[in-house]
Amino acid sequence: MSIVRKLLVTAAATAALTIGAAQAHAQDNVRIALVVKALGIGFFEAANEGAQEAAEELGNVEIIYTGPTDTTAEGQIEVINSLIAQNVDAIAVSANDTDALVPTLKKAMDRGITVISWDSGVAPEGREMNLNPSSNQLIGEMCVKMAAEHLPEGGGEVAILSASATHTNQNNWIAEMKKVLPEYPEVNLVTTVYGDDLADKSYREAQGLIQSYPDLKAIIAPTSVGIVAAAQAVTDAGKVGEINVTGLGLPSEMAGHVESGASKSFAIWNPIDLGYAATMIAYNLATDQATAEPGAEISMGRVGTVTLDENREGAMAEPFVYDASNIDKFKDIF
Amino acid sequence: MNDATQRAVPDRLEGRWTSYLKSWETLLVAVAVFVFVINALSSPYFLNAWNLSDATFNFTEKAMIAMAMALLIISGEIDLSVAAIIALASTAMGVALQYGAGTPELVLVGLLVGLLCGAFNGWLVTGLGLPSIVVTIGTMSLFRGIAYIILGDQAFTGYPPSFAWFGQGYVWWVISFELVLFAAIALVFGILLHWTSFGRTVYAIGNNPTGALFSGVRVGRTKFILFLMTGLMSGIAAICLTARLGSTRPSIAFGWELEVVTMVVLGGVSILGGSGGIPGVVLAAIIMGLVTFGFGLANVPGIVMSIFVGLLLITVIGAPMLWQRLRERSA
Repeated sequence: MSIVRKLLVTAAATAALTIGAAQAHAQDNVRIALVVKALGIGFFEAANEGAQEAAEELGNVEIIYTGPTDTTAEGQIEVINSLIAQNVDAIAVSANDTDALVPTLKKAMDRGITVISWDSGVAPEGREMNLNPSSNQLIGEMCVKMAAEHLPEGGGEVAILSASATHTNQNNWIAEMKKVLPEYPEVNLVTTVYGDDLADKSYREAQGLIQSYPDLKAIIAPTSVGIVAAAQAVTDAGKVGEINVTGLGLPSEMAGHVESGASKSFAIWNPIDLGYAATMIAYNLATDQATAEPGAEISMGRVGTVTLDENREGAMAEPFVYDASNIDKFKDIF
Repeated sequence: MNDATQRAVPDRLEGRWTSYLKSWETLLVAVAVFVFVINALSSPYFLNAWNLSDATFNFTEKAMIAMAMALLIISGEIDLSVAAIIALASTAMGVALQYGAGTPELVLVGLLVGLLCGAFNGWLVTGLGLPSIVVTIGTMSLFRGIAYIILGDQAFTGYPPSFAWFGQGYVWWVISFELVLFAAIALVFGILLHWTSFGRTVYAIGNNPTGALFSGVRVGRTKFILFLMTGLMSGIAAICLTARLGSTRPSIAFGWELEVVTMVVLGGVSILGGSGGIPGVVLAAIIMGLVTFGFGLANVPGIVMSIFVGLLLITVIGAPMLWQRLRERSA
């Protein structure tokens, strides 16, 4: 045992010396940790790409891209604990759990670390601000705008294929779509049907729309399951070029339908912009160039400015439009 | 060393076992020191009292369960439902909270649900004579399934601050309540296993259940008590983890059963039963905590940690068997 003890003492002594040396060299860099739900997910790798872009633009920023192996709150807490230990300047987290991270993130803030959440938010008491990829209003507007752009001269009939009648997100977006309809007189909304986010039911509902409305010109599906099913139904009915499918979808799932022309364009947030914007905000807050308080306007570099509401939340931008010009780049990302 | 001492070695079975165990635990101490030194040299943030204190939260809850699991595995059984028991106990505490339960009631609910789940496992294994690995794979889905039915995609939040102390409180300076509780539990299980007749019974059952039965040991009852203990420890871990997270979701503690078993096996407990001890498991828990924290400080992706633990496990299980085979061949 005496050897062990000796080893311990020597180790402690050497370590103490190294610490002194290591902490002596001053830290000029602002260290921002981008904590994601789990490593190895294309969406977050793309966000990291955006964060690196922001770091390059800012110059004196070091990005620590990290996250647990699987999408658990416990794993994220371990990661955040080690970031607190490293005394990073800012933590920008896409949370696996709205509530479970709060005690740990509070501790981080107590120790002077800037904490923001993005993509998947943390409860208000666990972060300084939350960056949503978009807002209900912007999503609703974008859906109608995309449908209107590709309508023939003089407008036409448009139908909505939603998830289920009880899904809060989809219902909010549809309500926002209806609000902007008066600005688009060429869009004649005929009906809303529900596919319950099931591939087969969505497909049958889309088939039903095609048969019931022979003059249908566009289907808006604000759900990633519905939009694929609708595009497939239009293709199978031989109506490509006649009925345009649009809405919210994932580039990887929609690439084929964009190539075939069943979908001229669709939208979803851009993960690169999201990582870029989160980094910019974290930098501005950590360097005291901005304060996260209700009503504050915080710069996000090339993406624009975010305005915080009373919960210190803000929307980054309108959803990003994917079409034949950029689908190849993004289909491999998410 | 003269001839007499050299030849005097292999005349008692117990002597060989204890010397083997001793050497194993010494090895673990060496590994722990090695990891500590590497961490201290590679990161300037490692040797900081608060940081080390934070790091203990990486393993304390799992290690509490590992104490009871060690006894269970020594007796030749296993409980894979421990993480699911945490989920169910945490959910039950959340439900109790909705009905206005205070901190004492919440703790009571957590302990009771843990005990009940343990009793259910114990009854299926000893009462119905089913193999524990199959039973607890089943109850793993069952317990977590109930939590999912109750909670769905919702979460229970709003635990009182006095309850949060169990997972976030400090007894003195950087010494957390969880760490003190773990030390106390380790002490109790160490004494129970190594200094009581109950402990000897556990070894006897693990080495030869039939022999133990004919020696007058109540094998079934002992195993039932061990399942109860494992359930109780899972209940305690559920209280600590729920208090630390300040919330309950059905996915809480997902996958922990494997980490608990890893700690036990890494600690020198034979997966076949019959051998091992508490000090080794405690050391293994500390090593896993240090390695996780060290990798975290270096921002090494978590998957590297998984690979490291996987290799360590294979080495730990494989090396003694290989060693024995080599010795048999040379003999």
